Amino acid sequence: MTVLQIVFLVTGFVTLLAGVMVVASPKLVHAALWLIVSLAGVAVLFVLLNANFLAVVQVVVYIGAIAILIIFAVMLTRRVMADTGPTHNPSWWLALISALVLLGGLLALILQVPAFAQAGPTAQPAADSGLSDLGTALVDVNRFLLPFEVASVLLLAALIGAMAIARPADAAEEGGE
Amino acid sequence: MRPEILTLLIPLPPLLAFGLIVLFTNRSNRLSHSVAIGAMLLSWGMAMAVFIAAVTAPHLGEHPIELSFPWLPTGATALSIGVLIDPLSAATLFFVAWTCLAIFVYSVGYHNYGQPREAHDRAGLPPHGGGLEPMYARFFAFISLFAFGMLTLVVSDNLLLLFVGWEIMGLCSYLLIGFWFGKDSAKKAMVKAFMTTRIGDVFMLLGLAYLYSATGTLNYRAILANEEVLHHLATTPAFLGLSIAGACGILLFMGTVGKSAQFPLHVWLPDAMEGPTPVSAMIHAATMVSAGVYLTLRMFPLLSAGWEEGGALTTPMLVVSAVGAFTALFAATIAVAQNDIKRVLAYSTISQLGYMVAAVGIGAFVAAAFHLITHAFFKALLFLGSGSVIHGMEHGEHETHAHTDPQDMLNMGGLRSKMPATFWTFLIGGLALAGFPLITAGFWSKDEIFADAFANGRLLVFGTLALAALLTAFYTMRQITLTFLGQPRTQAAGHAHESKWTMTLPLIVLAVFAVAAGWAGIPEDFPLIGGLLPNWMHDFVGGTLLEHPHPVAFSPIPLLTSIGVSLLGLLGGWLVYRNAKAGAPDPLIRALGPVHTLLKRKYYFDELYERFVVAPAYWLAETFTYKFLDGKVIDGVLHTIALVAGSVGTYLRRYIDLPVVNGAGDLVGESIKRAGRGGRVIQTGRVQGYLVVGVAFVALLLSYVLLVRP
Amino acid sequence: MIPLSWYLILSALLFCVGAFGVLARRNAVGILMGIELMLNAVNLNLVAFWRYLTPGLIAGQVFTLIVFAVAASEASVGLALIISIYRRRSTVVVDEINLMKW
Repeated sequence: MTVLQIVFLVTGFVTLLAGVMVVASPKLVHAALWLIVSLAGVAVLFVLLNANFLAVVQVVVYIGAIAILIIFAVMLTRRVMADTGPTHNPSWWLALISALVLLGGLLALILQVPAFAQAGPTAQPAADSGLSDLGTALVDVNRFLLPFEVASVLLLAALIGAMAIARPADAAEEGGE
Repeated sequence: MRPEILTLLIPLPPLLAFGLIVLFTNRSNRLSHSVAIGAMLLSWGMAMAVFIAAVTAPHLGEHPIELSFPWLPTGATALSIGVLIDPLSAATLFFVAWTCLAIFVYSVGYHNYGQPREAHDRAGLPPHGGGLEPMYARFFAFISLFAFGMLTLVVSDNLLLLFVGWEIMGLCSYLLIGFWFGKDSAKKAMVKAFMTTRIGDVFMLLGLAYLYSATGTLNYRAILANEEVLHHLATTPAFLGLSIAGACGILLFMGTVGKSAQFPLHVWLPDAMEGPTPVSAMIHAATMVSAGVYLTLRMFPLLSAGWEEGGALTTPMLVVSAVGAFTALFAATIAVAQNDIKRVLAYSTISQLGYMVAAVGIGAFVAAAFHLITHAFFKALLFLGSGSVIHGMEHGEHETHAHTDPQDMLNMGGLRSKMPATFWTFLIGGLALAGFPLITAGFWSKDEIFADAFANGRLLVFGTLALAALLTAFYTMRQITLTFLGQPRTQAAGHAHESKWTMTLPLIVLAVFAVAAGWAGIPEDFPLIGGLLPNWMHDFVGGTLLEHPHPVAFSPIPLLTSIGVSLLGLLGGWLVYRNAKAGAPDPLIRALGPVHTLLKRKYYFDELYERFVVAPAYWLAETFTYKFLDGKVIDGVLHTIALVAGSVGTYLRRYIDLPVVNGAGDLVGESIKRAGRGGRVIQTGRVQGYLVVGVAFVALLLSYVLLVRP
Repeated sequence: MIPLSWYLILSALLFCVGAFGVLARRNAVGILMGIELMLNAVNLNLVAFWRYLTPGLIAGQVFTLIVFAVAASEASVGLALIISIYRRRSTVVVDEINLMKW
């Protein structure tokens, strides 16, 4: 067993454990914190996969923005949920079974393909893990400019939409839609 | 213009007059009678022209004036309309035209044209005391229609057209008898007349149909002038032992029995005197009742098919002569006991028609035709005269404000001085009826009948007719004596006055014929005067038959019998009644006793028919057919059907329509609603539930792909 | 070396954990956390495939970047919705937000 493998296994185990704690934790704040751990584990995995830029983006965006946002939301909706009632709905067992069956199916699919079991990656990526290439690709008209711009528009729409929806109730229009 | 065309046109002017009066001129009395008399004059003129053409044509019997055209298609053949003028119809046409014209003119005066209409006179009732008849124009319309019917009958060349004319006259008789429809007696009389003649007409129609089915035609020339057809009809058996000729002959004769008021269908004629006197004269004396005898004369070849002159009579001839002779005597006995001036004449008509019928029955064709012609003239004369008398009496009543019956002879008397023209013409007519020797037409025609009966050995008929002649002379003189001679028995009679010229002129014209018509038929071998004039009647009219009949050899016995009974009867009548006083009963009542009542009540035949024919018919119509069959049976069936239909409908509605059909419809909607209500529970509103279902399905699909498929 | 299948198995596991969270959690924010886990698993999957199969093609990373953007926008809008619902109904328990129930 190589070092990388051990690193991978440890990181993977941590990520999974954190993920399980996210879904099983009775207190939501704890769940949010465990989420952060899980996201960090994924960032490490990105590094292992030579996607350095993405690892950083993962930390900055997911942990730095989304997780914080989730914690805000937990805080803001806390009053009612102050540890009353069960955290899982009555038919959680059905959900468990479905998830397990799904897992089984996915694993069967994955193990079916012999190409996936090959030992290592095929070729070495570029030294800077293609960062300049990534940047160029994103603004190149012939390549990924359009998705990039569309994503920007999506973010703009989400921004405006979120603001409109979350407006206080005494505004003339309810942000119901 | 050719005589055939003229003949065809003869019946049409009165028809046109009828239409014009009914539609246009009925408000103007003058215009109406002018149209009617003008039309009749036109027909009379054409009839005279055709008569002259007929008389001057040689061998008219073999080459008659004829014209025919098809009218009603009946498959391969057609029923036709046509005219035929042979000697019989020419002679008939002559007297019909004259009498109708005379009576048309007489009607003007009879209905008091020129007098004002009285305020209290209503339409439907006879006018009192000399006022204008309110329904003046209607009368002329009806008699014009009648003239059309009679003329059609006379000129027709086939039995169908004859029947058409026959029925039109039946209708007009009905309408004219009930002319004064406000009188209850008139209403009853009109129905009685129509119904009684209808009975005869039914049998006649059967005879017509039978003849048509046996020969395939109704044309006179085709049947009656055709030896083979007659022989075939006479030898083919029909029913009840009769040949076809016999059966048809008797059936057709039944029509005559009805129309000419022979026993037993005689009951309608006396009651028909309810109509105005011109109607009585024309329809019930001169023309319509003569039509019955005309039919019998026309059908003589059929009746006598198989008979040889002097040989045994055929069955129909026996029936005809028996009916005729019996009727002649029967009616004469009744006439003796009647007091109404018109009733006496009515029974006299029945009796004289019996003479003619009997004459045909014994084979005296020419004598019967002769008597038909002379009788028309003098009977019309007598009726018109009686009308004049009645008018005079009514005037007298009006003046003296009396309320006696103007038609009762016991109220009359001494009218000879008050109404001389009426008296003399009436006397001529009466003497003709009684058969006064030599100078009256009636003598010659009656004598012919007696001679024929005696010469051929029909002694029973001879004796019956002789007895009837005696009674005829008796009651005729009775009538004349009571009416005109002696002293007036009531105030009304004392104040009577003569009628206007429009009434007396036709009387005079007819009186001339009543005298002179007889001289056209003086037998060749009559003592002294025979041979001076040819026996035109025998020569001309005899030519109608296929075999010209032989003239009867002269024998003094029938002549003496005829003169004897005539003079004896006249004398007897005068002797018994010349001293009749006012208020005194009829001397005959004491003489005959209960027999008189029997005669006066007409042998109770009216009561008999009422009880045994009319009442059962009413019962059948009202109780049986109307109340029972129609009301209970037919209506019962209908109500039951309705009930059944109703209950079936209710049942269907309640047990099939509502539960099944409605239920099925409702069920569709209900089931969808229930399915919806049942199905909506899956919509819990909980998104996680939906997601679980989604994932589960994905899992299932994956399992299928991975495990079930290779 | 680490075979590709290990990464894929890991991401599958992560994905199913996230699915369980989505399906079983009563709190709406909890569900959103589950969704984030699932999205991360997807990202991991994408990057693993990029690294092992087509490292020369930058499209793998671009895809992942786009997924990041989508996740971010979705999280913001979702949380805004939850807050809005919380304001109206004073609850974030999804079982109680069942107006779409029949």
